[in-house]
Amino acid sequence: MRVVRSQFRGCPRNCKRRADIEATERERSGRRWRPRPASQETGRRFNVTCGGGSAEDVILQVPHTDSAVTVAEHAPRRRWPVATLALFSLAALLAVLSLGAGPVALAPDTVTAALFGAGTEPHRIIVQEIRLPRAVLALAIGAILGLSGAALQGLLRNPLASPALFGAPQAAAFGAVVVIATGLADALSFALPVAAIAAAFVSVFVLLAVAGRNANLLILILAGLALSALAGAGTSLAVNLAPNPYAALEITFWLLGSLEDRSFQHVALALPFILAGAAILFANRNALRTLSLGEEAAQSLGVDVGRLRLAVIAGVALGVGGAVAVSGTIGFIGLVAPHLARPLLGYDPARLLLPSAAIGAALLLAADIAVRLIPATTDIKVGVLTAIIGVPFFLYLIVRDRRSLTGGLS
Amino acid sequence: MSAAYLSARGLGVRLGARDLIAGVSFDLPRGCLAAVIGPNGAGKTTLLRALAGLVPSRGEIRVGGGDAAALSIRERALRFAYLPQGHAVHWPLPVRDVVALGRYPHGATDPANLPRRDAEAVARAIAAADLGALADRPVTELSGGEKARVALARVLAVEAPVVLADEPIASLDPRYQLDVMALLRETALGGALVLVVTHDLGLAARFADRVLVLKDGRLIEAGAPAAALSPEVLAHAFHIGAFRAEHDGAPVLVPWVAP
Repeated sequence: MRVVRSQFRGCPRNCKRRADIEATERERSGRRWRPRPASQETGRRFNVTCGGGSAEDVILQVPHTDSAVTVAEHAPRRRWPVATLALFSLAALLAVLSLGAGPVALAPDTVTAALFGAGTEPHRIIVQEIRLPRAVLALAIGAILGLSGAALQGLLRNPLASPALFGAPQAAAFGAVVVIATGLADALSFALPVAAIAAAFVSVFVLLAVAGRNANLLILILAGLALSALAGAGTSLAVNLAPNPYAALEITFWLLGSLEDRSFQHVALALPFILAGAAILFANRNALRTLSLGEEAAQSLGVDVGRLRLAVIAGVALGVGGAVAVSGTIGFIGLVAPHLARPLLGYDPARLLLPSAAIGAALLLAADIAVRLIPATTDIKVGVLTAIIGVPFFLYLIVRDRRSLTGGLS
Repeated sequence: MSAAYLSARGLGVRLGARDLIAGVSFDLPRGCLAAVIGPNGAGKTTLLRALAGLVPSRGEIRVGGGDAAALSIRERALRFAYLPQGHAVHWPLPVRDVVALGRYPHGATDPANLPRRDAEAVARAIAAADLGALADRPVTELSGGEKARVALARVLAVEAPVVLADEPIASLDPRYQLDVMALLRETALGGALVLVVTHDLGLAARFADRVLVLKDGRLIEAGAPAAALSPEVLAHAFHIGAFRAEHDGAPVLVPWVAP
């Protein structure tokens, strides 16, 4: 007989061991298991049959002596503050690195000096006026894409959901393309983002009007799909009717998604919308958690599901509309970020929002650094890179989770 | 029986031009386990949904002396704990977090930061449903019977005066069926009014204090099991008879159609 001294601290493995012990004991005694006061449990010995043979476990410590039923902390939950902070630190680190990356490579100390007004004039211009707005946009846009993806996956209870599902980015892109094609963008630089945000709003309002206030998710998804197709067709038409090849080329390049040559004007225009969208989504996090039980159960718990759905869609439209307006369409970050967060932090939709935002920001920053470092005669657009890396990764996720994905949508 | 806690007067739910239920009136006290029976499509689920406030209804529902229509969504959630059919959980959340969602109407919206009062209610519900050993397991990994107990524990954690359970024992093995009914019985003994939709007339006869019989959206019988499950009512509602006996002082009823 092998003597195993297990200390129960609440980590999943030990919890499981404890669960095994209790199950074994319950089977042996043949009656309902009743929790005992911790004082009676400490020091008890159990013979547990496991895999290769039998073992003896001694309970050395039972957490929370005041409660008969253990209230041990679940490991992902305990890890949450540290992991979230670490992910945001990673995003911040990448933001600093992105200030140094480009045709003129700058060391971190040069970057820091230039950022705070020291260093040479060209360095200050490169860091403060060219690369800082780009880094801020990558941070904000990546974060709102990750946050929107996590919120929509929570709302739809489907790990395949993404902002693109509701047609918002496609509509925003269509709005922007119309402005480019008609030449308004040159005359009035602010027309481009304004049109994109307006189109995102219109698409969401049309979506809700078509689907009705209490529509089920299937109807919303179908209506969203139809709207994306319509926006895509509108965009193609704009390219088709472009007055000259240069306009068509400009549209096509803009659609690829990029953060190049963005100024603080772009930041000022996109950031308020992104922040407003993020605030709405984050404020509804706990209601999203109740949706894990389905819409009826959530409603019976006092959640106004119709209002929640409206809030999430409005938050996504605000954030994604603002983002697409200045960056073009950058895909797959909203889809992939929550998947990267889950193995670290569990599946709770509410607790995935902030980590997904941090991962989204880190992903977009990394991609935006990568396009500057890849040697190519023409600049590679960051939207192209996120799709090239994102799609195979996502396919891998689908294959990995194939079994659990079926039946995810009610 | 004591005074009525939950009353319905002329309760009706209309979908398009069709009445799903109409003219349903009853009075039920606390501390009572009421079985809602009836053929498929009789309106049993609609009745529970109307009581929980999940579908718009006509007529009057009074709960605890007040008009249910005047309650906010959250106040209603505090009075009616609703267990939908199927009890699906869409993410692999740990059992204790799922059960803790039952405290949402009490304002404890984050399972990771439950106030002491709510943590104790969750612990009570977990113990009552005999889930102590499974509390940290992801709910999606559990067997069907265990999932049903988790769903029930989530509803018990609300500690609402009225529990509405829609077919909580469907697709469970006989042992779990008896366990779940016994647990609902205990809940009623603890002072709650429990309405259970079930197709198991035998369990209804054995565990229920009152039986409501629905047919085509109408309440055709409401009363003690002996009266509400009489041969005449069963013949009218289901077109069946029944074998009746007594075992250990409890009624035994087995649906029976003469061959």
